[in-house]
Amino acid sequence: MEVIIPILILAFPLFTFLLLGLCGMKMSHKVAGFIGIAMLGTTAVLAYIVACTYFFSGDPAFIFEGVRQQYQVFDVTWLAFTQTLVVKIGFLLDPISALMLVVITTISFMVHLYSWGYMEGEPGFQRYYAFLSLFTFSMLGLVVATNIFQMYIFWELVGVSSYLLIGFFYRLPSAVSASKKAFIVTRFADLGFLIGILLLSYYTDTFNFVELTQNPEIVLGTTGGATYMGASVLTWAMVLIFSGGMGKSAMMPLHIWLPDAMEGPTPVSALIHAATMVVAGVYLVARLFPLYCVVDFSLTFICCVGAITAFYAAMVACAQTDIKRILAFSTISQIAFMMVSIGVAYDKPIEGVHYSGLGYMAGMFHLFTHAMFKALLFLGAGALIHAVHSNEYTAMGGLRKYMPITHWTFLIGCLAIAGIWPFAGFFSKDEMLAAMFQRHWFWGAWMTMVAGLTSFYMFRLYFLVFWGEENPHYKEHKPHDAPWQMSVPLILLAGVSICAGWIHFGEFVTWNGKPYEIHIEAPVAFTSLLVAVVGIALAAIMYMKKNTIPEKFKNAWPALWQAANRRFYWDEIYMFITHKIIFNIICKSIAWFDRHVIDATMDGFAKVTQNVSYRIRGMQSGEVQSYVGWYITGAVVIAAIAWLCFA
Amino acid sequence: MFDNILIWFVVIPIAMMVGLGFCRNSGMKAIRTVMVVCSTVLLALAIWLCCDFLRLREMGVTDEMVHMGSWMWYEPLNIHLAVGVDGISVLMILLSAIIVFAGTFASWKIDPLPKNFFLWYALLSTGVFGFFISIDIFTMFMFYEVALIPMYLLIGVWGTGRKEYSAMKLTLMLMGGSAFLMLGLLGIFWHSAPEGGQLTWNILEIAHNNSIDHNWQYMLFCFTFVGFGVLGAMFPFHTWSPDGHASAPTAVSMLHAGVLMKLGGYGCFRIAIFLLPQAANELAWIFIILTGISIVYGAFSACVQTDLKYINAYSSVSHCGMVLFAILMLNATAMTGAIMQMLSHGLMTALFFALIGMIYGRTHTRDIRQMGGLMKIMPYLGVCYMIAGFASLGLPGLSGFVAEMTIFFGAFQDADVFHRIFVICSTTAIVITAVYILRVVGKLLLGPVQDDHHLSLTDATWFERLATVTLILCIAGIGCFPNWINEAINHSFTPIINALQASVF
Repeated sequence: MEVIIPILILAFPLFTFLLLGLCGMKMSHKVAGFIGIAMLGTTAVLAYIVACTYFFSGDPAFIFEGVRQQYQVFDVTWLAFTQTLVVKIGFLLDPISALMLVVITTISFMVHLYSWGYMEGEPGFQRYYAFLSLFTFSMLGLVVATNIFQMYIFWELVGVSSYLLIGFFYRLPSAVSASKKAFIVTRFADLGFLIGILLLSYYTDTFNFVELTQNPEIVLGTTGGATYMGASVLTWAMVLIFSGGMGKSAMMPLHIWLPDAMEGPTPVSALIHAATMVVAGVYLVARLFPLYCVVDFSLTFICCVGAITAFYAAMVACAQTDIKRILAFSTISQIAFMMVSIGVAYDKPIEGVHYSGLGYMAGMFHLFTHAMFKALLFLGAGALIHAVHSNEYTAMGGLRKYMPITHWTFLIGCLAIAGIWPFAGFFSKDEMLAAMFQRHWFWGAWMTMVAGLTSFYMFRLYFLVFWGEENPHYKEHKPHDAPWQMSVPLILLAGVSICAGWIHFGEFVTWNGKPYEIHIEAPVAFTSLLVAVVGIALAAIMYMKKNTIPEKFKNAWPALWQAANRRFYWDEIYMFITHKIIFNIICKSIAWFDRHVIDATMDGFAKVTQNVSYRIRGMQSGEVQSYVGWYITGAVVIAAIAWLCFA
Repeated sequence: MFDNILIWFVVIPIAMMVGLGFCRNSGMKAIRTVMVVCSTVLLALAIWLCCDFLRLREMGVTDEMVHMGSWMWYEPLNIHLAVGVDGISVLMILLSAIIVFAGTFASWKIDPLPKNFFLWYALLSTGVFGFFISIDIFTMFMFYEVALIPMYLLIGVWGTGRKEYSAMKLTLMLMGGSAFLMLGLLGIFWHSAPEGGQLTWNILEIAHNNSIDHNWQYMLFCFTFVGFGVLGAMFPFHTWSPDGHASAPTAVSMLHAGVLMKLGGYGCFRIAIFLLPQAANELAWIFIILTGISIVYGAFSACVQTDLKYINAYSSVSHCGMVLFAILMLNATAMTGAIMQMLSHGLMTALFFALIGMIYGRTHTRDIRQMGGLMKIMPYLGVCYMIAGFASLGLPGLSGFVAEMTIFFGAFQDADVFHRIFVICSTTAIVITAVYILRVVGKLLLGPVQDDHHLSLTDATWFERLATVTLILCIAGIGCFPNWINEAINHSFTPIINALQASVF
């Protein structure tokens, strides 16, 4: 493959960022928007070319004897830590990175186009496009990383782009604090990631993914028997690296930043906080999957974290009133789904199962389909917010007549996420549940329940917004469908959400590159479909027409409802720890200690010196009598001492 | 003598002073011309030196020092004016030249007594450059003192707030450090040659002789490390830093945090570690504890400050602590990181203090509670402040990230539990740094405008832009292309590492 195309894929968004960031203020909104969209469009085309070449060209560098290969297009030295431990910046092509190239550029292009309508006339329009380009650049750099340190570099860069975009409306205190929270929480998680990398690279002496994952047994061998606090060093490293993924992918207990991140412009939420950046954690686990397989504990850990998070987020989503937050919790829940799916995957063929790594394939499949329909849902939510100027569902209701395009596309998104045949979510969810049932019935049953909850809260949202009573405000301000720049992405994404499930995903993305045919597991599919329909039916009964059932539920378990509405008090707990304990107790006492103990000691030396010199300066009086007096006294004392010593 | 390029780094600042001597105090134009010309020449010379050095290394010259020269100064004590540079000093000279250049523009409108201000400023630069080119301990120490004394007047006369107190405190504490240092250096001198040999002040000769007795090494190591550590703001000798920086005028803060604090790190490295390797191996743990505390302690203290300069002073304690911490890890990777951190911290703090000076010059307050939403009013300065903040919290692509990562990876080479614990503790600084930087950015630049009087303020002028752009380009340059630094200092560690390893057995 030509090196130039992969370089351009990274260079175009970076160049757009620099161009719009440095000269954007001198451009009109139209020009800036056009540059942003055109450049990203070109990038998307190039990314498609690369992905198609990888998957379909049959080049032996990409597929050798039926096995898809990992291919480093280029890999240049960036910084040498030691002779062997060298950070490189490169471009790795393999099934998942090619898949991610497609996902990122597609969604990013849709969002660029959509934003042209959504952000029209906003001050800072050029800055917005500059940041979007910066994000796209960083995210592309992250997925094509050839080594874990490059991934960490771009991992931080996506973090900062996310910070800048969440805080885009920087005059609003809520946006400022949300962006700060997002950055600090993910930074905290990245600390674990960093320590994990430190540990892993110390024992393996390499950052390179291919070297790490090709022979995980050798990696395990080099770490030897090194253990720490009862667990092997590799286990620690893998769990710590996963903690970085927990932060970015908003797993419990580091999920608290994602709902707040909805303060950013809605297209940003669609791009960063639904489709691309937040799945970086899943991507990280997938990237290091062979290593995770070697340490059993870490996969179980991932499963547990994912299962708890999925259920928690689904519960909370049922009790929110802000439509973007409902979608945010739904995102958390769906990402947790993917985590569990990869967590249950086997790397070796086992008895009764005709292919290995089903969960891995299914997780990546769901990542793909979820990106499409969740971006669709967020963009739909953006159209709603654009129309009624509020995030609360109480300001909506009965909108299906006013906004037909938004209504139909949103419905498709909801059906897809609920897992209704033949929409995309059905296929990927079915594969995931099948993989979970293979591992243990518990995971399957638990996640099927979560799937039911998903369809319930999504259709709760759908019915509350598009059905029910019309809001009286519509008379003064009639809501209408969005302009074409916003409708086109909605329609396109809806189209993808309908069709994407029919892709034979198993032929493209598997953990070891060996393609296989996937089947629909009839019992699993039937159960999950049944559960989804029950969820939808419940939602329809409760919310389609205004009635008292929701009130009754609320009154039956007020504490539960309250807790779910307040997100089980996680924010309060964090506030208590960070503000009360760390800020007020630790920081303030350290600052006090610095001023009143350490500095006071230093000042004390000065004071003592000063006082002593004040006391003794009287001796330098200039009076001859006192000098003589001291002279005689001294002479006598010395004589006395001499006499005592020598006599 | 003048055919040696290094001498010119001292001659030009002196020429600068002479030139300023001919200017009248009201002749702003003449003063600025002298300053701009001389600092530009210095910068050009430093860049040339750096390129020349890289060229020499490329050609395969692996000499320990290049551009060596030595002239007898005072025969009875064998004091020379001995000069020579390796990769580390070349980078430090480059850093100083950049900051002197940027500082000139940052104090474009200094008031009152501009001539006297720049005279002292030039004297300070003489000391700094002289320190970095010297390889004779005595002249090194002399230049060190030359750099410290002008500080007193610069802060005492042109400072703000409790300037007399701060100037006195800073000078006395640093002088206290110098006293320890003097003891240490004298001790090194008296043991610099085997019995009967010619005593010497020359660093290379002392290292070559390697004749300092073990018991003496322990004492001298403590003296010299503490002596330089005071200037490097090592806990618990850092308290001059917040007060001193808070009162100092902009350019002085820049030069002080940007370069003078580096004298501490450089000295620890060049004298304490290099000349006393045995003691360094055995006593490093004491100072690892102290510097480890510095890193976390400085960062936590910065979280609750409300004065912009105090925040950056404490942040400097944390970052400079990282420099000394890395040096004490005693391996090449960590030491490379230390040098990078010196460069990075120098540029970034200079940028910070320049920006704080510019903001203070407009709003007349440094209290973050009284400001807000400045991004809207002065977008240029706001963006620069944000870039400086990102560099400080270690964003990839800016210099801080490269330096910190090299330090962490270097420090992780020691596999014993003691080192592991301290390294992991010090990595937490990346989170705490993010907390206080984002706190300041959020309060100062973002959010609603706090004070309506601020709405009429103007954005940066051309000379302010020039100062900040210079620094930002350097920060981004190091952050994006760090490997040339590696190449520059690659061979410079070899003698030090060899000395350290030889002393173990």
